[in-house]
Amino acid sequence: MDFLRPTGWEEALALKAEHPTAVPIAGGTDVMVEINFDHRRPQQLLDLTRIGELRTWETGEESVRLGAAVPYARIIGQLRTELPGLALAARTVGSPQIRNRGTVGGNLGAASPAGDAHPALLAAGAVVEAGSVRGTRMIPVDSFYTGVKRNALAPDELIRAVHIQRADGPQQFSKVGTRNAMVIAVCAFGLALHPRTRTVRTGIGSAAPTPVRAVAAEEFLAAALEEGRCWDTGRPVPPSAARQFAELASGACSPIDDVRGSAAYRRRAVGVMARRTLDWAWHEYRTDGDGVQQCA
Amino acid sequence: MRDLTQGIRARGGIGESTLRPDGTLKVSGEFAYASDLWHEDMLWGFTLRSPHAHARILSVDVTEALRTAGVHAVMTHDDLPAETRYGLEIKDTPVLADGVVRHHGEPVALVAADHPETARRAAAKIKVEYAQLPVVTDEKTATAPGAPLLHPARDDAHARHSPHPNIVHRQPVVRGDVAAARELADVVVRGEYEMGMQDQAFLGPESGLAVPAEDGGVDLYISTQWLHADRRQVAPVIGLPEDKVRMTLSGVGGAFGGREDLSMQAHACLLALRTGKPVKIVYNRFESFFGHVHRHPAKLVYEHGATRDGTLLYVRCRIVLDGGAYASSSPAVVGNAASLAVGPYVVDNVDVEALALYTNNPPCGAMRGFGAVQACFAYEAQMDRVAAELGMDPVEFRQRNAMAQGAVMPTGQVVDSPAPVAELLRRVKAMPLPPERQWETAGGAPDLRALPGGLSNTTHGEGVVRGIGYAVGIKNVGFSEGFDDYSTARVRLEVVGGEPVATVHTAMAEVGQGGVTVHAQIARTELGVARVTINPADTRVGSAGSTSASRQTYVTGGAVKRACEAVREEVLELGRARFGPYHPAWATAELLLEDGKVVTDGGEVLADLVDVLEDAYVERELEWRHRPTEPFDLRTGQGRGHVQYSFAAHRAVVEVDTELGLVKVVELACAQDVGKALNPLSVTGQIQGGSTQGLGLAVMEEIVVDPATAKVRNPSFTDYLIPTILDTPAIPVDILELADEHAPYGLRGVGEAPTLSSTPAVVAAIRQATGLAVRRVPVRPEHLTGT
Amino acid sequence: MRVNFTVNGRPQQADDVWEGESLLYVLRERLGLPGSKNACEQGECGSCTVRLDGVPVCACLVAAGQAEGREVVTVEGLAAGGQGELAPVQQAFIDAGAVQCGFCTPGLLVVADDLLAHTPQPSDADIREALSGNLCRCTGYEKILDAVRLAAARAGAGQEG
Repeated sequence: MDFLRPTGWEEALALKAEHPTAVPIAGGTDVMVEINFDHRRPQQLLDLTRIGELRTWETGEESVRLGAAVPYARIIGQLRTELPGLALAARTVGSPQIRNRGTVGGNLGAASPAGDAHPALLAAGAVVEAGSVRGTRMIPVDSFYTGVKRNALAPDELIRAVHIQRADGPQQFSKVGTRNAMVIAVCAFGLALHPRTRTVRTGIGSAAPTPVRAVAAEEFLAAALEEGRCWDTGRPVPPSAARQFAELASGACSPIDDVRGSAAYRRRAVGVMARRTLDWAWHEYRTDGDGVQQCA
Repeated sequence: MRDLTQGIRARGGIGESTLRPDGTLKVSGEFAYASDLWHEDMLWGFTLRSPHAHARILSVDVTEALRTAGVHAVMTHDDLPAETRYGLEIKDTPVLADGVVRHHGEPVALVAADHPETARRAAAKIKVEYAQLPVVTDEKTATAPGAPLLHPARDDAHARHSPHPNIVHRQPVVRGDVAAARELADVVVRGEYEMGMQDQAFLGPESGLAVPAEDGGVDLYISTQWLHADRRQVAPVIGLPEDKVRMTLSGVGGAFGGREDLSMQAHACLLALRTGKPVKIVYNRFESFFGHVHRHPAKLVYEHGATRDGTLLYVRCRIVLDGGAYASSSPAVVGNAASLAVGPYVVDNVDVEALALYTNNPPCGAMRGFGAVQACFAYEAQMDRVAAELGMDPVEFRQRNAMAQGAVMPTGQVVDSPAPVAELLRRVKAMPLPPERQWETAGGAPDLRALPGGLSNTTHGEGVVRGIGYAVGIKNVGFSEGFDDYSTARVRLEVVGGEPVATVHTAMAEVGQGGVTVHAQIARTELGVARVTINPADTRVGSAGSTSASRQTYVTGGAVKRACEAVREEVLELGRARFGPYHPAWATAELLLEDGKVVTDGGEVLADLVDVLEDAYVERELEWRHRPTEPFDLRTGQGRGHVQYSFAAHRAVVEVDTELGLVKVVELACAQDVGKALNPLSVTGQIQGGSTQGLGLAVMEEIVVDPATAKVRNPSFTDYLIPTILDTPAIPVDILELADEHAPYGLRGVGEAPTLSSTPAVVAAIRQATGLAVRRVPVRPEHLTGT
Repeated sequence: MRVNFTVNGRPQQADDVWEGESLLYVLRERLGLPGSKNACEQGECGSCTVRLDGVPVCACLVAAGQAEGREVVTVEGLAAGGQGELAPVQQAFIDAGAVQCGFCTPGLLVVADDLLAHTPQPSDADIREALSGNLCRCTGYEKILDAVRLAAARAGAGQEG
């Protein structure tokens, strides 16, 4: 095994081009487990922790460009306003120690359906900035996940950053695990209200081969909110609409039975989380956001 | 109640919360656990394990592994020098698989190499050809006609009376006339219950260092629960007499029963003797799940009959424990489950059958609570249901049927020391309840940490319902059924640096429980010295028995006490010889050792210990036994099988998110009778720790075994979950001290009882919150949501 | 490969490090610092927690090469000056009865020390959240909470005095 330590982005890309099977490592929270337990013996480890820019972020008008190696703890502490859904998700990742090391870039690279960041990214709307010696590719997160633990990266590509839409409305994240801390998701749900576009976006984790959006649920809810003039009036979401939204979210799952939970439970739990997160987010919209003024 | 320790006054003596002698080393990171050991020229051992639960080994080819640079030895069954099987009670466990593997993860070959990665890579090059065999995984498949037999040529002591070769041991307990009692019952409640396979999940994985010695023997530094039992099993396997196999206890990172059986002990010694080099083996967490036995999963069927006024008339039950592929301590677990199956209640008519199976599941054996845990979960669920049928308060119903001193067990044994079952329930019920809706904050946003789901943000109070549940349990203390259960202690008193110093040497395995603290307290109390040295535990002193069955403070503590008394007598003899002629009190008064002096019971100082001893030292080593027990009758289960019983009661308060099936235990109060708290701080720690393990079993802990393949599906801390600090509530503890006059200082074994009633109390609270008949632990969200 | 980094204030060098080795292995097996513990090696127990450039992390999940040039503080470095007197949080763990088998203790101490450095007077919920990545199998955590409360109280009293 070789340990490659690029100190700059271009060098990292060159090394990845030279060694396409090299496994990138930043926080190590996935890769090292696989090495410690002999599940993986890559020929090269490509250490990204010496590339300073990957640990930084820039906040633009529309989006936050989040460096691939920004640890979750920084997102919780410093990006709560811009990326509330992701910050909520980040707080559920592993343990405090893991949150000090683990990164969104790593979550994307591993592309596990159980990765906690995915539902939040799907709900907020995000684009993955992938680089290689051939150039830069912008991959919408919706099409980034291609299968169980597979993603759209080419062998010579590395994730440089994720461009995440800045929150223009309330966001929520909820995750079911069978322990009250330090637990892998049995399933998870992310919700973002986008009052500017009067749309709703969702993300579901651990309930399908890949993280997915509940598109039918999103479209239904957007229509229902529009129809009820809820955006303008801040009127409560009609209970029947909330129920239907939950059912559609549940229907977007194609879960399996595994050691962490049954498929039937996952479907049910996603529905419950969809209804509750909608309730919380809409309550916030009505009380903090434009809705209140419109209401009054 | 008589206080058997009245009049005892020694600073740092018994009854005080003195601090651990190993505390400073443990907080500074210097305490050497087995996995921390290092030796010049040391090799790393690695174990190749079976990927199948049942298979014939057609061939093993180690050629390539042996050729790997850095590899010093590869061993398979064919390389074993002497006996090839071992076992705690029955020698049925192969040191390395001998043509057949009987469970997933069974050791097949060993590698010794200069780096763990070298050893792993070499092990991966060992070619093992398997032919898979059908698996048996439960009573039905194990006893079906034509079922594969795990051990077809059994010749163990239990084989003769076992109804089937795949039944390790069966123990009925029969008393009174259940059929007649059934006729009289106003209420009959029948229930089926199931308990999953719990893991001890001690944090320090199995590890040890074997060092070959110049005399052809071997020194093993090992984390274990019983040095002498390890030696008794290892010596025949490596073909050496016991005196050539020396064992020293290294730091032990928890045990809870999981270190009673051998894991890597024989393997490390074999590799060390084969290579002539020190060999260290350290399991990782994955391997640890295969490296030790687990708590027996159980299926239990109970029937309780009672009169309308709330008197239990009879209990009939059948307890089927899954012992897995090898016997381990299954026979003793069966004995406990059978004899304690009814719980701490007076029931005149009893018909109990308990048995353990051989299956292709992972071997099961000792874990804290040892057979009593499974029974307690079921009989306490039944007690709640009978109470509900009768329209009685569940605590009142229990109190009405609670045993007390003088009660007769279903085994016919009279409970001859305090059994304050009703009082424990009263106390736990009387504790103030925790406030409701603790997640609500002044700012309006809920504190997620106080809600089911915790940081995962699953509820802000929606669907959350509170429930309260009670349970009480009974556990035997010490080894039972006629086992010669003794401990050895060597105590020395001498003057060091102008001060009398006591040295205590036992082979007691300190696994975290605080036995070393207590030994020092006993020596201070009995010998009146301030300074006590606790020598490392090793096999240079006689056996101290196992650190299990809540027995160490009782039995090894008793041995230390007795050895101290013998030393004291000899010291007083020395004093009489030296100073007796000058003071009549030496002959006439009762003499004590206090504050480094010989004093009369009237308080008069006769001499300084320093002057009595001068350059001499006094040392005594002796064995101490508790009262003998006897085996249970094989047909009726009658017999004085246990030496002491211990009791604990719990009240659990839970909040359940009923829509998501997630549980938050809000409080877990415990009341326990400990006879005499030799160290109240340690006793509290035992009760809180034991309660938490019971909580884990109630809501999350299970080794999941695939019923089709008998393979373990979650051998990791990612998927085998134990409670975190956010899952563990406040655990208020009420300690009762009613002396058992048969035991040293009146003490009662502490460690296990709190693990029993914790689980059923939590589950009872969940049932109350949800209205569901929860029949299985651990309770999963699926069970609470019908998914 | 060779790895150079600082441990408890002292420069250290490890040679012949296999590239797949963790920082934990290097500390324990190559630098003679076995205080950080190897309970799970998958980031699920916290017993190997060290401070890496001031931040608590699981040493089992840091590749040895990633520690190059970094500063590591282990349980062995918590005591003032690295020897002799115990750090307040270490003493509090002994006094409160928070230590049983002790295998989880080093990791808990590093985390508790870090918590108290940032939050001198934590609430119980703060303590629980901060320590939620550290498993203990012996104590039921109650005495560990007591220990952190005790260390905080002593520090508070010290400041007032």
